[in-house]
Amino acid sequence: MIANWLERKEVCICAGSGGVGKTTTSAAIALGMAARGKKVAVLTIDPARRLANSLGLPELGNEERRVEVDVDGELWAMMLDAKRTWDELVEWHAPDERTRDAVLGNRVYQELSNAVAGSQEYMAMEKLHELHQEGRYDLLVLDTPPTRNALDFLDAPRRLSEFIDSRSLQLFTAPGRLGLKVLGRGTSLVFSLMRRATGIDLLEDLGEFFRSFGGMTDGIRERAVLVNALLADSRTAFVLVTSPGHDAVEEAVYFHHRLMDAGLPFAGVVANRVHSADGPSDPAELAELLGEPLARKVQRTYEEERGLAQRDSENLAELGRRLGRKPMIEVPHLHDDVHDLDGLRQMDAYLFG
Amino acid sequence: MASLLDRRLVLVTGKGGVGRTTIAAALGVLAARRGKRTVVCEVAEQERLAALFGIAGVGHEERELAPGLHAVSVQPERAKEEWLQYQLKSETLAGVLGGSRLFQYLTAAAPGLSELVTIGKVWDLAQLERRTGGSVFDLTIVDSPPTGHGLAMLRAPATYATVARVGPISRQARIIDAFLRDHGSTGVLVVALPEEMPVNETIEFERRLADELTMVVDRVVVNGMYPQRFSGAEARRLRSLDGRGSPAASAALRAALAEHERARGQRSQLRRLRRHVEAPVTTLPYLFEPQLGRPQVERLANELERRL
Repeated sequence: MIANWLERKEVCICAGSGGVGKTTTSAAIALGMAARGKKVAVLTIDPARRLANSLGLPELGNEERRVEVDVDGELWAMMLDAKRTWDELVEWHAPDERTRDAVLGNRVYQELSNAVAGSQEYMAMEKLHELHQEGRYDLLVLDTPPTRNALDFLDAPRRLSEFIDSRSLQLFTAPGRLGLKVLGRGTSLVFSLMRRATGIDLLEDLGEFFRSFGGMTDGIRERAVLVNALLADSRTAFVLVTSPGHDAVEEAVYFHHRLMDAGLPFAGVVANRVHSADGPSDPAELAELLGEPLARKVQRTYEEERGLAQRDSENLAELGRRLGRKPMIEVPHLHDDVHDLDGLRQMDAYLFG
Repeated sequence: MASLLDRRLVLVTGKGGVGRTTIAAALGVLAARRGKRTVVCEVAEQERLAALFGIAGVGHEERELAPGLHAVSVQPERAKEEWLQYQLKSETLAGVLGGSRLFQYLTAAAPGLSELVTIGKVWDLAQLERRTGGSVFDLTIVDSPPTGHGLAMLRAPATYATVARVGPISRQARIIDAFLRDHGSTGVLVVALPEEMPVNETIEFERRLADELTMVVDRVVVNGMYPQRFSGAEARRLRSLDGRGSPAASAALRAALAEHERARGQRSQLRRLRRHVEAPVTTLPYLFEPQLGRPQVERLANELERRL
């Protein structure tokens, strides 16, 4: 089924809230497509090495690495280093060496570039765009960052553009008018209050950071436009990953609305860890089969399972209704939690079946 | 656990989806039962605590959920205003600066500032003398962002202390950083699930907390343990009967066996966790209720109490 969703697609973005199996699903999709003859790269920004774990690799770096699996296509994986990607972006966009060195050497940049709102998320998509441009893969699968809010990464290009366009940046970048010197010796009430509240040192460093960054804004802004265009391209597919729990379903609904509002290409939902059960069992039959004490324990376990199965089916039906009957794949709650290649192959039957 | 509740501040963190909010709430209920005036604090602007306690929302002002138990959901914008007022010692001047567009642009763009004022607000909640003039709590429990972001938030004061070097921000950041790293004042509890990836992340978090911030994890709480219902002999018996009886009976046998396997997998993950973390590990049972609410939080508080 996933194979249909991804027909003629070059980019697959897996999104969803924390703990729903996003990384595992990304890896299983990538492995499955590689097994079907594609050259696939799966990207994660997650520093917790979850992707490496599930692919049986000791670690991953900022360069793609081939995963040793017996498939018709090829499977590659990489773990993004956001700071490294920032550096590359600066090197790429700096108009001259002086600007490049000024930014890379700035203390605010060194300590805080990763803390610019949305920058981790943006860097993931920046790398995605770069790899897509290079065209070395048939399909790129992005495991989106474990953001505080699953939506952050959609806003990232906009937030970065806002940061670059912000008046503060322009103030600092307009030489001679309201430059640093003025801020430092400023006599106006606002400036003196600002100095009292933050300290002059920080202001100077921030000012220098903004100023040196200013020389690169046009390039970065243009790039953000291209990244946005890739997200909305018909060759891109968004796959929403969720679990049948109440909170995860609520977030999935919200996320879907946002995708629709932004006009982004939505492919479908993967619901992981879905409980299922048959009709009620007959206690007398179980007692005859197992004897009284064991039958009672089995009965109780089964009733609990049935309760969860009912909750899951209600929650997923609700999700289907609120999404307007979009394609949905249910992956059952497997006996063992999926964390290695064998587990990924087990998921394959449900994702591609 | 007892000593954990004797700190001023307890940070509850863990991988996404492991039940951080529920455990933070249960810990809050337990502390309040012991007569501590407690506040549980959310920082991700999510209002999950409110949902758990069946109320509309908590907001930036402390709100009483039950006798002795309060909740607050920190809003970075409001935290920034409070910080300015304190810094300038004047509501009027803070209004002038906060209202100036230059300042708004600057703070919106300054990286990491939102994390800094958020952790600053958390710090203030835990003080014996509140800079905001708010009431004093015996214990502040923070429902921290997931491990990766949680670490970034904890690092923000140290980073700003370094970047700002001198001046009021640097001074403040140093005070907050020292408080977080003072083991007598601040405790860290990590919530995990008995599964491969949450266990890995917990091990990794403990190591990074020590390496990057010289802080220790005080306790790991493993959530969602299945009951160990069946002996090995019983499981073999169930396996041997597979396919017998009606479809429903056979489904019941399969469900029982599946849960037995999961419970075994969980116990092996738990052993691995215990081998690799320094912190003591406490387990909590899986709750089969379809939806968690206040009664379940109370029950988890009972379980935590029993496991001290």
